[in-house]
Amino acid sequence: MSVSVIDLKDVSLTIQKETILEEIDLSVKDGEFLAVLGPNGGGKTTLIKVILGLMRPTKGEVSIFGQSPIKNRSQIGYLPQHASIQTKFPMNVLNVILMGFVGKRSFGWRYTQWEKERALVALENVGMRHYAEYDVENLSGGQRQRVLIARALVSDPCLLLLDEPTSNIDPQSRFCFYEFLSDLSSKVTILVVSHDLSITASKVSSIACLNRKLIYNEKPEITQDMFSLLYGVHNHNCPMANVFPSESVFLSQIHTRDQ
Amino acid sequence: MIEAFSYGFIQNAFLAAILASIACGLIGTMVVINRMVFLAGGVAHTAYGGVGLAFFLGLPVMPCTIAFTTVASLLMANFTFRQRRQTETIIGMFWAAGMAIGILLMDCTPGYHVNLMSYLFGSILTVSSFDIWVMIGLNIFLLMAILIFYKDFAAMSFDEEFALSRGAPVKFLYFLLMAMIAVSVVMIIQVVGLILVIALLTIPPYLAQLRISSLGQMMMKATLWSLVFCLFGLWLAYRFDLTSGATIIAVATGSFFVVYVLRKFKVIGTSF
Repeated sequence: MSVSVIDLKDVSLTIQKETILEEIDLSVKDGEFLAVLGPNGGGKTTLIKVILGLMRPTKGEVSIFGQSPIKNRSQIGYLPQHASIQTKFPMNVLNVILMGFVGKRSFGWRYTQWEKERALVALENVGMRHYAEYDVENLSGGQRQRVLIARALVSDPCLLLLDEPTSNIDPQSRFCFYEFLSDLSSKVTILVVSHDLSITASKVSSIACLNRKLIYNEKPEITQDMFSLLYGVHNHNCPMANVFPSESVFLSQIHTRDQ
Repeated sequence: MIEAFSYGFIQNAFLAAILASIACGLIGTMVVINRMVFLAGGVAHTAYGGVGLAFFLGLPVMPCTIAFTTVASLLMANFTFRQRRQTETIIGMFWAAGMAIGILLMDCTPGYHVNLMSYLFGSILTVSSFDIWVMIGLNIFLLMAILIFYKDFAAMSFDEEFALSRGAPVKFLYFLLMAMIAVSVVMIIQVVGLILVIALLTIPPYLAQLRISSLGQMMMKATLWSLVFCLFGLWLAYRFDLTSGATIIAVATGSFFVVYVLRKFKVIGTSF
């Protein structure tokens, strides 16, 4: 029997009378590669923060590996949204990766030799070994995301949370990036939130759609229900109504191809 | 110049310049990196309230100003921590209120106030031996705090969300940083005065921030730049009988433009 990595039970979150998350049930199993899709403002980042224990749900229970998220923070690797990062920062890549060792009591100014070696291994794993001495501000969007993923991986987490990892990557490089993620998913459980539907063309193992409520599908395909949740119901005289069926046909084709 | 060093007040002035430079390098770097320049300006002007309070109560100026400014900066931290991007108004209010309180308290203090201007534009030649000891103590506090929390400060400045997710004490660090800014600002006020503090907090880190691989390097480089400005400025002020604070800032801004132009036309490499 596979273990539940993330377990959300009936989770709701209200901020100033506005419901951000509503009665969410989600269970992510060990080894899963889950893509959570949703529109802007649909609560994706909030969901990640709830899983990290940075935000407390108004109702419901969150457990990570069967415990409270704060207890198991060291097990989680996190890639924040691009906006939270200072892109102009005087620091080389190696020093950025080493930040992954920062924790509750990380006193002092020096990292150990072991930590430095681990950081280089993490860089190797994302294929950026030669960039250790580069300034972070000179990296391209895709390279920077890889470095930040290495930072999330350096502490050997069992779960990787990625918040809009491709928002700063051009469409061509996105596929390479998804390919890289699917390689990674053999080693670690991954939860990606994104508004970019093209991620469904990569080798995700399951999909959920989030727009205040969440619909989970353990197969990597988007159902009609999910489309309705994401974009609302469109009747036949709406131009959008003709778009969706074809898109879901497209997606199911991809799905059958993968099988 | 050599014979000048036989005067105690000149010795103190040089010691004060060196001590303030260390504070500039350490805290100026944090201020620039975290884009808190306006906040630091607010703290500097709030300090004037502390000066007024010291005169009003007849207390030693430096310790009293430090206490007042630290309390004010922690209050500001409290207001600005949650909504970092909408805080200009609150900072502006502290900025003006601090000055106003200072002036009002001066008005209420009987007697002749010769020292008023010296806190606006610095009074490095009047730094006492007692002040020097206070400054040494404060520098030790700053250095210890930076060394102990170096990794956390770096992580918080680069990516606060990530630091939070790792369980780093971000809120504590923010308040600590604000207190450190308060302390440094009061120290630097001794050298260049509160109106010119911002120049000394920002120009050295700006010149230091190219071609470096860590925050620590930037701090060291900024300290060196600041030392150059303070010592050279002090010498010029002594030699040509000029106001020391303004001369130091003139040297700093002059160097800034020279380096900027030289970099622009690639006369010198960016590593300079």
